[in-house]
Amino acid sequence: MKVAVPADVKSLETAVCRSFGRAPYYLIHDLQTNISVFIENPAARSQGGAGVQAAQILVDQQLDAVLTPRLGRNAAEVIQAAGIQIYQSMNRSLRENLDAFSEGKLNLLQEIHAGFHRHGGHSK
Amino acid sequence: MKIAVLSGKGGSGKTMVAVNLAVAAQRAIYADCDVEAPNGHLFFKPSRVLTTSVTVQIPQLIRERCTGCRKCVSFCRFNALAYINQQVMIFEDICHACGGCVLVCPEEAFHETTREIGKVTVGAAGSIRVISGDLNPGESEGIPVIRSVINQLPGQGKAFIDSPPGTSCSVMESVRQADYCLLVAESTVFGLHNLMMVHELVQLFQKPHGILLNKCLEGENPSETYAREQHIPIVGRIPYDTSIGRLNAQGKILAQEDRNLEKLFAVLLERLEEEVSRHETVVGSQR
Repeated sequence: MKVAVPADVKSLETAVCRSFGRAPYYLIHDLQTNISVFIENPAARSQGGAGVQAAQILVDQQLDAVLTPRLGRNAAEVIQAAGIQIYQSMNRSLRENLDAFSEGKLNLLQEIHAGFHRHGGHSK
Repeated sequence: MKIAVLSGKGGSGKTMVAVNLAVAAQRAIYADCDVEAPNGHLFFKPSRVLTTSVTVQIPQLIRERCTGCRKCVSFCRFNALAYINQQVMIFEDICHACGGCVLVCPEEAFHETTREIGKVTVGAAGSIRVISGDLNPGESEGIPVIRSVINQLPGQGKAFIDSPPGTSCSVMESVRQADYCLLVAESTVFGLHNLMMVHELVQLFQKPHGILLNKCLEGENPSETYAREQHIPIVGRIPYDTSIGRLNAQGKILAQEDRNLEKLFAVLLERLEEEVSRHETVVGSQR
């Protein structure tokens, strides 16, 4: 089982990144092998549609679940279309979130926000 | 003669100036390119209004033709496409309708459908033709609407283009066809900052330009100092006067309400005509 978590820096001891689409990195963790890797997120620098691009990158990682504090509508649509489960992360370190997830303590994300793409000035 | 009226911020007086210049010119076109908040029509209250729809072409997938090469997904600069479960997903709300995906698809797996994003209205207020672009609420991309407004402008006659605020690509689209750019600047440090931004834009487009100092107060005017340092012609000044603000807020046209203001805009128009013909002569002699 593989999960992804948005990260500000490449360290398991830091908190989850507040932004999904514009997180600088994603932690990709395999629960069977217990291997963690950090991948860069090129969508963090995109002019617009970061959520869609980021979701595509994660779907291509053949994940089973995404742990995130929040998620925009377009990104959620991509992730859900790929059959990936979306869980609400806690405001704790990446490691604590992985532990909580493997113990079944995280809930599915209930609220999908409308996205910020109309406020980012991407057409300017 | 097409004059674009612009400034780096909202509320500096673009609409007020463009409306009153059109009135001073008597036979003229007022073109509202501030498509997110077109309000020039509130002053003119045009009649015999004709409305046309502005549409863009949005891609639709012909699923059985798609081979999953993802060329469209990697081409899209706006990330409006994703490829999930052997299928292209299209996000219309972030699509800029550039048509790129249709062009790069080797399988011709897209067709396009029409979507309305706004309207252009054309009406008359006496001898002034009032053209307004109006972007539908929730749309993010106003350029096609601005382009439709600009395309309505004839080659001859006097036209005053009310540009959107700022220095975005919407502003660039509104000034592209202009012969001259009138920069409306407030007499504050913040006004100066916005003036510098818009000055950079008109230089980039190599447009002849001048500054109209608005809301002028006694004492130092940072925008005026900048104009002198940069050798930008100051083509006029409007004093800070609450009665101007009051008339404007009532939707009244200054040049029709106050003899002094009528004169002010007549003099400004004369100066602009001189500036435009001076630049035409320079361009003509270079050919």
